Amino acid sequence: MRALVGRELRLALRHPADTLSAVLFFVLVAALFPFGVGPSPELLARLAPGALLASALLAALLPLDRLFGAEAEDGSLDQLLLSGLHPAAIAAAKALGHWCTTGIPLVLATPVAAALLNLPIEAWGVAMLSLGLASAILSVFGAAGAALTLGARRGGVLLPLLVLPLAIPAVIFGAAAIEAAASGLEARPYLLLEAAILALAAPMAPLAAGAALRGD
Amino acid sequence: MEAALFTAQDLACWRAERLVFAEISFTLAPGEALLLTGANGAGKSSLLRVLAGLLPAAEGKLLWNNEDALADRVTHGARLRYLGHQDALKPALSAAENLGFYARLHGGDVPAALEALDLLPLADLPARVLSSGQKRRLALARLALAPCGLWLLDEPTVGLDTASVARLGPLLAAHRARGGMVIAATHLPLPLPDARELRL
Repeated sequence: MRALVGRELRLALRHPADTLSAVLFFVLVAALFPFGVGPSPELLARLAPGALLASALLAALLPLDRLFGAEAEDGSLDQLLLSGLHPAAIAAAKALGHWCTTGIPLVLATPVAAALLNLPIEAWGVAMLSLGLASAILSVFGAAGAALTLGARRGGVLLPLLVLPLAIPAVIFGAAAIEAAASGLEARPYLLLEAAILALAAPMAPLAAGAALRGD
Repeated sequence: MEAALFTAQDLACWRAERLVFAEISFTLAPGEALLLTGANGAGKSSLLRVLAGLLPAAEGKLLWNNEDALADRVTHGARLRYLGHQDALKPALSAAENLGFYARLHGGDVPAALEALDLLPLADLPARVLSSGQKRRLALARLALAPCGLWLLDEPTVGLDTASVARLGPLLAAHRARGGMVIAATHLPLPLPDARELRL
């Protein structure tokens, strides 16, 4: 499993464009909000938590349809399924790889997007934590969705339709955490609830993804 | 590596509501080889995928030492090497890195496996610049990594020059001498002496 995560990271380093495009997409979507709602700083700061979460999740979706698609096309998926690794372990490794190559860069780009949305500086730390958790939740649900839509025609369209509804709780608690931090309240309970969703999804979603990969 | 018997009983496979093959039965003993022949679309590749556990059989059983081989598909996968039509190489990684990934999964020594297919001079080149024959040799080098019980080869020599086909001979012979079994689908002659033939 470590070998698979290592290969994911190495491939991402060789193709930095994939990671970079997700990060730029995130920043650009965040930058669209000020143009849409006008330059009122209060209104922007009010919108910022939800806008950050929504644009980060959309950006994290971008590379998901290639998560297993690329492996299936070049025959690597067959080799992985015959490697003696449990299919759920393969899915978990791919989800971890997706989070390391997409989620972490999005977290690092969060201050840029937060500044564009006029989020108070005190809330930036919580925003990074909240986006880190939300993108991890999207990675595990996304791996399950990618495995389910593998081989489906127009799987790239089907995937967001499957995955985004599952990410709604993460958006609710993630945005609530950022909002609490921005208004000087305690963000911890919301972050803990967000972490609880991840703790539930992280063991369950790879099992579903593994079953889908094997075609059970 | 334990010596084993690999048995197929009355295998049948449907794809897209069409019967691809039915009533396929054979038994392989350690060291034996089986050649699958037949016209395009006769189901050679499908049979190999069924034998690997990648495709469910509509009917029939697969036995490994007289026990259900597919009861635990993860274990079944680990005791075989499957070489499909695709070479399963990542274009961005070098030849040695591509093989090194599989060496971490299966065990084995990368330079020795590269040497077995005369790929050492190409070890540091990214796989995207290799020719199709060189890519095929790199995929074949996976077989040379670590011993295992069964090789399932789908057209292993497609795109190979005669010298490379000749290099495959000692590899196959060593595998069979260790008690390994080979099932290969092919249209071209393979260096597999005394192989039985199954016409689909």
